[in-house]
Amino acid sequence: MLNKIKELWGTISSPSRYYSFGILIIAGFVAGVIFWGGFNTVLEATNTETFCISCHEMNDNVYQELKSTIHYTNRSGVRATCPDCHVPHDWTDKIARKMQASKEVWGKIFKTISTREKFLAKRKELAQHEWDRFKANDSLECRNCHDFEYMDFTRQGKRAEAAHSTGLAQGKKTCIDCHKGIAHELPDMAGVEGWQ
Amino acid sequence: MKPLLFILLLMPFLVIVEQAMAEQNIATLRSAEIAVEPEAPRLGNEENKDIKRKRNYPMQPPTIPHKTANYRIDLNSNKCLACHSRRQVDESQAPMVSVTHYMDRDGNFLAEVSPRRYFCNQCHVPQGDVKPLVENTFQDVDAILDNKNKK
Repeated sequence: MLNKIKELWGTISSPSRYYSFGILIIAGFVAGVIFWGGFNTVLEATNTETFCISCHEMNDNVYQELKSTIHYTNRSGVRATCPDCHVPHDWTDKIARKMQASKEVWGKIFKTISTREKFLAKRKELAQHEWDRFKANDSLECRNCHDFEYMDFTRQGKRAEAAHSTGLAQGKKTCIDCHKGIAHELPDMAGVEGWQ
Repeated sequence: MKPLLFILLLMPFLVIVEQAMAEQNIATLRSAEIAVEPEAPRLGNEENKDIKRKRNYPMQPPTIPHKTANYRIDLNSNKCLACHSRRQVDESQAPMVSVTHYMDRDGNFLAEVSPRRYFCNQCHVPQGDVKPLVENTFQDVDAILDNKNKK
C-alpha cells in the first residue's frame, strides 16, 4: 500500500516523459474549462425553483404556501424564486450554503420531513435556522432586491416609515426581525421575540 | 282526498306569485340572474391613513385605520398582537388592545389575550374608500338626542 502511494507520488512529481509542455498546458486548460463549466452548470441547475420543488417535501408544503404571497404573484409580475431568498448570491457564500445543504440530502434520504405531520413538527426548528441565517447576514437576500439606500420613505405608510427610518436606519434591526412569515406560513410563534 | 284537491286548486295562484317574485328581482345586491356568475367586483384598496375614526357608539369595536392585507391570525401566530399586545406597545407605539380582551367571560383577568378575543378581525375590520351598496340611515345617540330636544 505504502509502496503504491510512493509510486504514484513518483509519477506525479517527475517531469512528463511523452507529452510536450504545450500539450499539457492546452489539455489542462481545456480539461479545466470542461470541469469548471460542468461544475457551475450543475451548481446553477440545483439553484432553480424547478429543482427545489422536484422534492415533494418542498412542493407540497412551502411552495404551496408561497403561491398566495406577494413574492409569487403581484401586479408587476416580478417574482422571487426559492434560491433568490434562500441561497446567497455571492459565490463563496453560495458554496458555503451548498455545502450546508448536504444536510438536506441527508434529510431527504432518511425522510426527516417526508410527511406533512413530520414537517409541521420540525417547522419551528427549520424556520429558526433561516431566521438565524438572515439575522447573521443582515438580511442579505432581502437586500439583494430591497435596497435600503433607494427606499423612498415618503411613499411608505406612516408606520413603515417610522420603523424603517429608526431601527433599520440605525442598523439595530434587520428585515427579518419584523418581516417573518411573509412568504411561508409561520410555526408556533410562542416565545419568539416580538410576537405576542 | 280533500288536501290534494286544495293544492290543485291553489296551483294557478302559486304560479302567479312565483312570477311576481321573479319580476321583483329579489336578489338586489346581485346584479345577475341566479344561474349566471357575474363578474367579480374589483378589489378595493384598504384605507391606510393611520388616523383613528370616530366610533358610532361607545361600545363599537374601533375600525382598523391601516392595511391588514396578509396579516395572519391563526393557531400559530397573530400578526395584530405583534404590535397591539401589552408586551409590544412600548416598541410599536400602537394602542394596546383594551383590558376587556384580557378578561375571561366571568371578568377574571388573564395573563394573555383571552382565547375568545383572539381573532381580531371578527370585530375589528379595515375600511375601504368605496360607495356603500345600500343606504345607511344610522344616527348616533347625539343626533337622536338633538332631534328629541328640538321637538
